[in-house]
Amino acid sequence: MNLHLTQHSGVPPYLQIVTQIKQLISAGRLEADQELLPIRVLAEKLLVNPNTVARAYRELEAAGWVYTRRGAGSFVAPGTTSLSAEKCMKQIRERVTSLLAEAEHMNVSTKDLIQLVREIDNERKKGE
Amino acid sequence: MNQQTENIIDIRNLSRHFGNKAALQDVTLQIPRGKVFGVVGENGAGKTTLIKHILGLLKAKQGSVSVFGMDPVQQPRRVLSRIGYLSEQPDYPEWMTVTQFTNYMAAFYETWDRRYATELLEMMNVDPSKKIGELSKGQQARVGLCAAQAHRPELLLLDEPSSGLDPVARNEILSAVIRTVSNEGRSVLLSSHLLDEVERVSDHLVFFSQGSMVLSEPMEAVLSKHHQVIVRFAGSLPWQKIPGVFKASEANSEWQVFGYGEMEASIHGLRNLGAEILEQRLLSLNEAFLARSQSRLPLREAA
Repeated sequence: MNLHLTQHSGVPPYLQIVTQIKQLISAGRLEADQELLPIRVLAEKLLVNPNTVARAYRELEAAGWVYTRRGAGSFVAPGTTSLSAEKCMKQIRERVTSLLAEAEHMNVSTKDLIQLVREIDNERKKGE
Repeated sequence: MNQQTENIIDIRNLSRHFGNKAALQDVTLQIPRGKVFGVVGENGAGKTTLIKHILGLLKAKQGSVSVFGMDPVQQPRRVLSRIGYLSEQPDYPEWMTVTQFTNYMAAFYETWDRRYATELLEMMNVDPSKKIGELSKGQQARVGLCAAQAHRPELLLLDEPSSGLDPVARNEILSAVIRTVSNEGRSVLLSSHLLDEVERVSDHLVFFSQGSMVLSEPMEAVLSKHHQVIVRFAGSLPWQKIPGVFKASEANSEWQVFGYGEMEASIHGLRNLGAEILEQRLLSLNEAFLARSQSRLPLREAA
């Protein structure tokens, strides 16, 4: 579980942890029912206050990515997220909106962006 | 034991003058168990004077200081045995080897854990056979960090521990802070100019300016309340009318406005003045500190 925090990004550390764990789960680098690093261990690794990690884990749990067993720790939730379809679409929509804004800023056309999405999707499917 | 309410440090209405200069003015501060308190402020703001009171090196003349429920001046042994302390310029016997020094420290602390001391030195790559005087500044700080932790203190007191150290040594100090607070019930008071580090590890922020404690809030609140709004406004912007706004400056009819409290409240106030909102964002601790340091206004939070 390798996470990297960047400072001065304007993104609060707990949110960086949330995003990166979601990415690790999506990429299959963290598998269903795999235990996340204990809060204290990850806090010392990342050199952040343990409460920051605890907050990230709480958010992941609330969003259905992670489940907690009392006294045992936090684990990757099996299968897809338990979020409602509507909520999923809302989150994806937000991500796509910011991606489009970024692409526009970098002079990448929407057409090229869609092409890129297809390419990456094909690569992923080959890898499976 | 109720860890939420038990305070290991309880300072009430503490004031201190050196000649005509007020080093501390009416400071009231409680530090509970299990929390990291970051203390920031410009040089001479009163941070070190506060720490000296906690250590019992200064006696409270006005107000009171209680540490673990005791007066550190009356019961120095019992208080100091439960504190780990590291300052910017540790004063260690240079002629001693690291091993001699840790043995010497072990004699002072009943709870000194020799195995843990050895472990800490190994972890930080300090050669215990070297004389302290032969070590680099970074290595000496590591020895200090070992000496501040090996008796497993309930309170770790760090006064500008990272000043002038390399990044690896600085990370080891942060590591010690996290390890201390991860150990149930232990607390840390970290005074530092390195605001990124304070922001990372602190639960609570205390801000000193000219001897007064101008801010004492959970770190999360500090970061979610300090904001900057950039607006377009021709002429002189009467920003003082907006509660929570503590600083504003103009360049080419664009005003940078700094506020504390609800960002939406500041934006609302600015709109009511007829300003056009161009940008809005929350500040990092570093930015908030700089904005406040240049402002001499008393703090008023927006409702």
